[in-house]
Amino acid sequence: MPYTVNGNTIETDEEGYLMDLSLWTQDIAAAIAAAENVDMTDEHWQVVNFLREYYNEYQIAPAIRVLTKAMKEKFGAEKGNNKYLYDLFPYGPAKQACKIAGLPKPTGCV
Amino acid sequence: MAAPTFTIPELKDDLAIPAIAAGAMAHSRPFVAKPEHQEPLGFPGELVEGWHDKAIAKMGDLLGKSRALRVFLDSCVKCGACTDKCHYFLGTGDPKNMPVARQDLMRQVYRRHFTLAGRFFPSLVGAKDLTREVLDDWYSYFHQCSQCRRCAVFCPYGIDTAEISMAGREIMDHIGMGQKYSNEIIGKVHKFGNNLGLQEKALRATLESLEDDMEEATGVRVRIPVNEKGAEVLLVTPSADFFASPHIEGLMGYAKVFHQAGIRWTVSSYASEAANFALFVGSYEQMHKIALRIRQAALDLGVKRIVFGECGHAWRVAYSFLNTLAGPWDFLDPAYPAPQHICEVTYDLIQKGVLAFDKSKNDDKVVTFHDSCNVARGSRMGEEPGGQFRIPREIIKACCNHFVDMRADTIGEKTYCCGGGGGLLTDDLMELRVKGAMPRMQALKEVVTGRGVTHMAAICAICKSQFSKVLPEYGMDMDMIVSVHQLVSNAIRIEPAKTTATA
Repeated sequence: MPYTVNGNTIETDEEGYLMDLSLWTQDIAAAIAAAENVDMTDEHWQVVNFLREYYNEYQIAPAIRVLTKAMKEKFGAEKGNNKYLYDLFPYGPAKQACKIAGLPKPTGCV
Repeated sequence: MAAPTFTIPELKDDLAIPAIAAGAMAHSRPFVAKPEHQEPLGFPGELVEGWHDKAIAKMGDLLGKSRALRVFLDSCVKCGACTDKCHYFLGTGDPKNMPVARQDLMRQVYRRHFTLAGRFFPSLVGAKDLTREVLDDWYSYFHQCSQCRRCAVFCPYGIDTAEISMAGREIMDHIGMGQKYSNEIIGKVHKFGNNLGLQEKALRATLESLEDDMEEATGVRVRIPVNEKGAEVLLVTPSADFFASPHIEGLMGYAKVFHQAGIRWTVSSYASEAANFALFVGSYEQMHKIALRIRQAALDLGVKRIVFGECGHAWRVAYSFLNTLAGPWDFLDPAYPAPQHICEVTYDLIQKGVLAFDKSKNDDKVVTFHDSCNVARGSRMGEEPGGQFRIPREIIKACCNHFVDMRADTIGEKTYCCGGGGGLLTDDLMELRVKGAMPRMQALKEVVTGRGVTHMAAICAICKSQFSKVLPEYGMDMDMIVSVHQLVSNAIRIEPAKTTATA
């Protein structure tokens, strides 16, 4: 299910993860989020931007515990917990937020 | 991903045998592997020309190698004992999810090509050609078996459907019809050392973050060493323990146990995976290749013991096959089992009085234990039969005041699969996973409402991830699922390090 963004067709895998991660833009993120029925707010972007920073450094998404800790340190205790992240991304921060952030899907027993 | 578009089974007071719903799950099939997932494993990239003959030849090859497979295909007498024992049948009502029917998908082709009666009088003995339609049935229904082996417990002949679904997947891999989820993951293990694709820099950063968390909570720097030569113990654990919750909380429990016992230990970035998905696809060659990473890491680091973390099928592979896959282990300390399970380590230390607990730290919980299928029916722990059931429970009781078991016919050797085992823990099989979890959810609900259970502990990464996902579908909280060593971590009394654990 490719996304069409600003007239360009963006290829994805069967589940909507980007095939070419380098193509990611905020507009594409918004298109992915729309397909996921996620309304992007500033709070969503805080998570997405952190995921991208972490991925650029480590070539993988952060562990959920690492993500919640980072959110807590950056944005305060009320944003540093699982419930907050699942409220933002109901299908789970690891998969849904990664997809919107243009990261590959975490694989394995997760 | 959109909300599920299927009906979540209703949890009733008793586990009822469902009405037959023919074809109810015929649409369920996981994504087929692409050439980039197939070819690195030596499998054809897509369905090959002449796939029929190649599939039959591969079946002949497997029958020649596995006496068990031939016996299982020959010996079914259609007694019906297995029909209501599979969680996928109970959750979906699809008659092809009765174990006998799943076996028959292969048995019909076996009879056609490998028995005299089937060759000459196919219609008299239920023999069938491997048509494209039958192949599609194989793909669909051999990926609706989590290879949990519950049916084999009830079969009077001990027919193990897992062996048949593994053989089916192995045949399909060899004709270019592999499953994306498992084969992509196996490729990542060969490339990165683990299912996740987690590289050393990220591993170290994650573990350091956990060390900080533990120091903040206990006031003591509990280490999680990486690649430390000369450590006594190499811990091989599912990479989910470095990533997901509640897995990672269990990893901190292992760390605290080693710390408190003064055992020098390490994880390896090269063998940073306990899971061996090659078991799921029935590939001995791939299983061998993955297991050899553990041997290499053990030799490189000069360890004396190998300990496996909480991972169900990893422990089956380790306990049952590691010696033939990657042995001999003559360089390890013979005073300890090779390999050993983290639960055996913790249990022994509890028996020796090395570990002390403040059980009140878990007083907010009433805990039950989910026996993971591969541990329950594919392995053992300790020195006595049933150790794999008793030891994890004894650990929980040592660190929790409130423990309750679920109904007897849903635990121990009769345990229900979580619904996500055997290479099915993938989003493209969500309907199957949710429906297949129903029998376990029903038994859990009974002790939640009847006995006040608040948490369910498990010792398998797949079970933990599966339950996190399906519990909310049944109206329960995802945080109900905990790691056994998370309970240990909560309650263990930690003192400053006894030895300086430097490399």
